[in-house]
Amino acid sequence: MAEKVLVKGNEALAEAAILSGCRHYFGYPITPQTEIAAYMAKRMPKVGGVFLQAESEVAAANMVFGAAGAGARALTSSSSPGISLKAEALSYIAGCDLPCVVVNIVRAGPGLGGIQPAQSDYFQATKGHGHGDYQMIVLAPSSVQEIIHLTADAFDLADLYRMPVMIIGDGMLGQMMEPVEFDLGERRKLPEKTWATTGTEKKRPHNVINSLIMNPDDLEACVRERYERYELIKEKEAMAEEYMMDDADFMITAYGTTARIAKNAIAELREKGIKVGLVRPITLWPFPEKVYQKYQDKVSAILSVEMSMGQMVDDVKLAVSGKVPVHFFGRTGGNVPYPAEIVEAMEKIAGGDK
Amino acid sequence: MCYNLSNKRGFCSGKESGETMEKRIHIIVGHYGSGKTEFAINYALKLKEKYDKVMIADLDIVNPYFRTHDVKQLLEEKGISVLASPYAGTNVDIPSLPHNISSLFDDKSSAVVLDVGGDEDGAIVLGRFSQQINAEGYEMYFVVNTFRPLTADVDSVCEMIDEIEAASRLKVTGIINNSNLQHLTETKDVAAGQAICEAAAEKKGLRVAYIAGLSAVLEELDDAEKEKAFPIERFLDLGYTF
Repeated sequence: MAEKVLVKGNEALAEAAILSGCRHYFGYPITPQTEIAAYMAKRMPKVGGVFLQAESEVAAANMVFGAAGAGARALTSSSSPGISLKAEALSYIAGCDLPCVVVNIVRAGPGLGGIQPAQSDYFQATKGHGHGDYQMIVLAPSSVQEIIHLTADAFDLADLYRMPVMIIGDGMLGQMMEPVEFDLGERRKLPEKTWATTGTEKKRPHNVINSLIMNPDDLEACVRERYERYELIKEKEAMAEEYMMDDADFMITAYGTTARIAKNAIAELREKGIKVGLVRPITLWPFPEKVYQKYQDKVSAILSVEMSMGQMVDDVKLAVSGKVPVHFFGRTGGNVPYPAEIVEAMEKIAGGDK
Repeated sequence: MCYNLSNKRGFCSGKESGETMEKRIHIIVGHYGSGKTEFAINYALKLKEKYDKVMIADLDIVNPYFRTHDVKQLLEEKGISVLASPYAGTNVDIPSLPHNISSLFDDKSSAVVLDVGGDEDGAIVLGRFSQQINAEGYEMYFVVNTFRPLTADVDSVCEMIDEIEAASRLKVTGIINNSNLQHLTETKDVAAGQAICEAAAEKKGLRVAYIAGLSAVLEELDDAEKEKAFPIERFLDLGYTF
């Protein structure tokens, strides 16, 4: 399928998952990600896969836990309140070192909040979800095309590092339609899943999948091993797009669709003579700290633009360790920042028209 | 025969075909994301050129976004009545219909466009009114974009027509070829879509009623295809580009 088609972000994600070999989808409908489930319901039977609408998000996430344990590429998706419900299972999946992909098409919160787009689950995705010492890789596409290759990569990363990977997009990204090609790009070489509970056939010892470790020293050793893996991931997998940063005096940083809106603002700011560039994290965890550090002595200020009250901005501040002032502009509640608002916020920082 | 078309009043209740907009009830169905709503809005505006009274009803119970209600003000300024659920465009995400939906069938002096939600899940709304709609006569247009993966070939188009007909208890009367790749659309894409739409129409004993698209793209069509051209304007856009 290398020809161009017109798809919604949610559909692109679902089809890319199928093309990546995912044959197990467990979910529960919630706006604005319902098209993932709707698409899977139509497509999975045609490719010999399983689409299962569970009785709840809790159940769906635990079905992923089971399927992942058996070595299957398993996917679940939801939107903000549903991810909160899946949190317990995510902790267990991480605690059992199982690969899976979970999608959050974020809507406004807290609580039921609203059905319009938001980025207010950044903390939840990068620092929160379930209990315990663990991390998930978090991928943040900003276009429907990018959803496709990041979905394929999400499954590879999950298998490679044996951990849950989250794809996070705001509601707008899930709903928007763009012409795309279903090209997954180059895939990674992956180890065999020798740990999966696939039946011993009396040829090997039992594989045990478990997150209960009786002895504190053993549990500590297990967690420490996991954190060594996390260090490797931080080293190797952090990704960011740098846009017009070569001559930039100021940096706007934003992820997902907000980054695309920011590009409109950057064009306008540059017309006014203010040299602004963009750093767009593609991995929210690991956070691409080194990219920010590269510019911390070159730009005079950073503006983090988010559809939240300010969440990623904390990671930006940590990345540059106070070496450059970090400002914030955000809209929340389901509102999307307009380019003009970003221009205004940047102009204030830059000291008006230049 | 239809009567008194020039006085902006009479509607045809017969079985005549041809794109003369003579029926009172015009139903727009299709796969979600096929461009139903954009077509429905443009179609209502076209009907308004012909008839004094035009109503458009937002019957989308499937997707809370990109709906007729989004352009309510614009349509009302043009003299078109918009019927929509009071919850449309809010954070209340429940499948609900306009409270005044009966006026579509009570006020027989008004041409109506029913903008229905996607797939068979959206078309189920029509089942409740199928007897009234059947009694009066109607056009039910199935909007197709062959660049949508689930309606990319003849069989999948026919399958979705079957599903929508079963859910709505009504019959599709015409296909609208709305094949496009947004801003990347070339005339050859529309023509490729037309081939699939025509083959599907033949299989289902239907006709391709219109070829919808931006006028710049439709201008390059063959003369035969140009007769079916229905140039549309985009109303459901963001106001800025990505």
